[in-house]
Amino acid sequence: MATITLSNVSKDYGGGPVLRGIDLEIREGEFVALMGPSGCGKSTLLRLIAGLEEPGGGQIRIDGRLVNDVAPKDRDLAMVFQSYALYPHMTVRENMSFALKQRRLPQAEITRAVEGAAAKLGLTALLERKPKALSGGQRQRVAMGRAIVRNPKAFLFDEPLSNLDARLREQMRYEIRKLHRELGATSVYVTHDQVEAMTMADRIVALNDGAIQQVGSPQDLYDNPANLFVAGFLGSPPMNFLDATLAQDGALVVEGQTLARVPPPAGLASDAAVTLGLRPERLALTTPTNSVPTRVDMVEPTGTGRVVHLALGAQRLKLFTMDTRPLAPGETVGLSVPPGAPLLFDPGSGTRVA
Amino acid sequence: MSRALALRLEPYFYTAPSLLLIAAIMLVPLVTGLSYAFHDLILLDPLSGDFVGLDHFREMLNDDGFWTALRNTVVWTAVSVALQFGFGLILALLLDRPFPGRGLVQALVFLPWAVPGFLSGLTWAWLFNPVIGPLPHWLHGLGLLATPENILSDPHLALWGPIAANVWWGIPFFAITLLAALQSIPKDIYEAAAMDGAGPLLRFRRVTLPLLAPTIAITVMLRTVWVANFAELIVVMTKGGPADATQILSSYIFTLAFQRLDFGYASAVAAVLLLLLLAYAAAVMVLRHVMTERA
Amino acid sequence: MSKTFTRALHALALAAFVAFALFPLFWLLKVSLTPDDLMYGEGVRLWPSRVTLDHYGAVLRHTQFPLFFRNSLIVSAATGLFATAAASAAGYAFSRFRFRGKAWVVGVMLISQMFPLVIIVAPIFRLLSPLGLTNSLTGLVVVYTAFNTPFAAFLMQSFFEAIPKDLEEAAMMDGATRFQALRRVILPLTLPGLAATGGFVFTAAWSELLFSLMLNSSAAVSTFPAGLLGFVSKFSVDFGQMMAAGVLALLPVGAFFLLIQRYLVQGLTAGAVKG
Repeated sequence: MATITLSNVSKDYGGGPVLRGIDLEIREGEFVALMGPSGCGKSTLLRLIAGLEEPGGGQIRIDGRLVNDVAPKDRDLAMVFQSYALYPHMTVRENMSFALKQRRLPQAEITRAVEGAAAKLGLTALLERKPKALSGGQRQRVAMGRAIVRNPKAFLFDEPLSNLDARLREQMRYEIRKLHRELGATSVYVTHDQVEAMTMADRIVALNDGAIQQVGSPQDLYDNPANLFVAGFLGSPPMNFLDATLAQDGALVVEGQTLARVPPPAGLASDAAVTLGLRPERLALTTPTNSVPTRVDMVEPTGTGRVVHLALGAQRLKLFTMDTRPLAPGETVGLSVPPGAPLLFDPGSGTRVA
Repeated sequence: MSRALALRLEPYFYTAPSLLLIAAIMLVPLVTGLSYAFHDLILLDPLSGDFVGLDHFREMLNDDGFWTALRNTVVWTAVSVALQFGFGLILALLLDRPFPGRGLVQALVFLPWAVPGFLSGLTWAWLFNPVIGPLPHWLHGLGLLATPENILSDPHLALWGPIAANVWWGIPFFAITLLAALQSIPKDIYEAAAMDGAGPLLRFRRVTLPLLAPTIAITVMLRTVWVANFAELIVVMTKGGPADATQILSSYIFTLAFQRLDFGYASAVAAVLLLLLLAYAAAVMVLRHVMTERA
Repeated sequence: MSKTFTRALHALALAAFVAFALFPLFWLLKVSLTPDDLMYGEGVRLWPSRVTLDHYGAVLRHTQFPLFFRNSLIVSAATGLFATAAASAAGYAFSRFRFRGKAWVVGVMLISQMFPLVIIVAPIFRLLSPLGLTNSLTGLVVVYTAFNTPFAAFLMQSFFEAIPKDLEEAAMMDGATRFQALRRVILPLTLPGLAATGGFVFTAAWSELLFSLMLNSSAAVSTFPAGLLGFVSKFSVDFGQMMAAGVLALLPVGAFFLLIQRYLVQGLTAGAVKG
């Protein structure tokens, strides 16, 4: 178990920076998700921690020891690759033994460790098979087994579930989480899937354009996003963003209608233009007479409820409801925004203002 | 040594053995060889070795042997490559569709490629020999030859002997390369074209050829350079004769150097050949660049 | 056109290609088996009325071909080994590293494949002679290794490209140095590629005539091609023995080719398509 500390880490491949000024402390035993869209630098960051890439600047420390100049083999980290990277010419047993043999552990100890890990992952019956003869889910387990058999300082996961179908993915999510609780090992998990990040991580590091946007617990990022990027990345259906004006008295005006009132924030010019963020599931349907009238554009049933697409003047927004009353496209319904739901962002910088 | 430095040096560590060897055995001798072009260098003649400037190149202008060889080089290369390519493409298309026994057929038709060059030359020289070879008799039977004689001793026909051997020997190379390229074309493109109502000929012209074009361009260029340099068949089959009628530049260089021992002049001709080939390769690359820019 | 007709046409065309490819080799074999007394009388018949192994016996017992064969075997095997080793390292670097001067290195290797080799015979002779490497099998191995390394490196590169980078990175995370990862994970997976490259180089070395002729004049260190050519110019009417020797020269490369043909196609593909 280890702490991993990054200070002012940067990386540049020659076509502009891939990572800029990354400061991050990953605590002992913590499960941290590096989350962001493809190209945000999350995999590069993981590979820098692994030692598979050289940082352009800054320091990487594991347990306080500067490892910038330490080869991957000497960092004692285990990595699970997106492709699993199982050695095709070796059996499952040989795959799982590789690292231990590399360390010249006695054969008896290797056998014990491999069989223990295999039992934990339900791989015992597959030990003598080659990766070619395994299903996708089994390969994924072997990749996990190869990592845990070593008892490393930390686990690095590079989108390990993205090659699995939805059902298996959900199951592995649960199992990885359970393994983490059992082993208590520091884990860094790269994903572009907000559901994985939300459900698995103790803390999420949201990355975009090579810079950290926000670090915090999943719930914290969900409820209190620091900017438009984080607000829009988490949640499904995603947060609605509306162009609004904030009057002096705290009225939020969208398309000429006052949608909600917020406590008048300090430091904003009167009638300031803001981007109003509204989570679809925080909105409610009412009758048009006692709230803002909007037109129903489309209704999508999801099983648990319905996603209702609404038109408010020239702007569109979505609402999630478990209300079962009949709704037809073209119909006018009332939209109610409960207090506390509106999030306000600066339309220029995207930063949260209230 | 710091890790950063070690990592930076690592690629050179892997490439150094090859590079050193190539530099010592090919590049340095190449430079030396090119410098001979400006010297009067005749082997076994202790008085030779003077710097003569461009004398050899002036001599070339009035050397009928050089001009014949240059003309022959163009014919030899163009005809050989065109026929190798044409038959190679047909063979590749034939092999691209599955049929029982394809593996065996493929191994058999590719076999000539494994035959050493000199042995192909000898074999074909024997086939053209009326005493033990059937070809003169067949050509006579077809009315192509007035008498069943050896075309290798007829100055007007002799070049066709090595060309025949070269085509036989070179078809597999094109077939292999083109077959591989054909098999890398995703099948659903053909299915989409078929759904759009394209017949087999149209599919070949509109789908296959454009997708093969990059492979074709590169392969033809590399092969052209290679065939132009390939003197072995001619040396083995006709020794450039009769009366230098079948010399191409590379076999002419060979004759100049090892029969007349005139290394200076031979090197000058070699330098010209090298220049021509570089110019050709550059032209192909530029053309390819222009074509891809436009597409 | 009916399906049957197309299929028949397809089979016919392939049969023609097979016949064209095999006919010269068949003829070589046929003449090598024809007894001397029938050589001229039945010279152009498709198959002689009597066959004999006499020519093979004569070649093996009364000529120096066994010696030439042995020399060629040594030179080709050693060249195959060394060139494949050097080319694997270079091909690995081409496929895995981005480094300063890479374009130059690749360019140098390409140029080395383009010039008429005749031009460097004399300089190489002058280079090797003082080192005692002319009239020597070692000298030929050195020269052939240099000649074949560039193409072999491109071939190996394409085989390495087919192996995901993840694998050696996984090995490096598992405690291996890059070199250990190459040796224990990547090379075992490239075995077909190594065999194809080795076989290709072997064949090329086995076939080389010019430098063998120029660098080694003594019969004791002649290779098969040089020996055969010498035999042809000396005994140009002893067709039976010449062709028997030719068939013998063909055996090892033919066998090699049939074994590695499939993998070679793979490697060439990747290389050719990439350009």
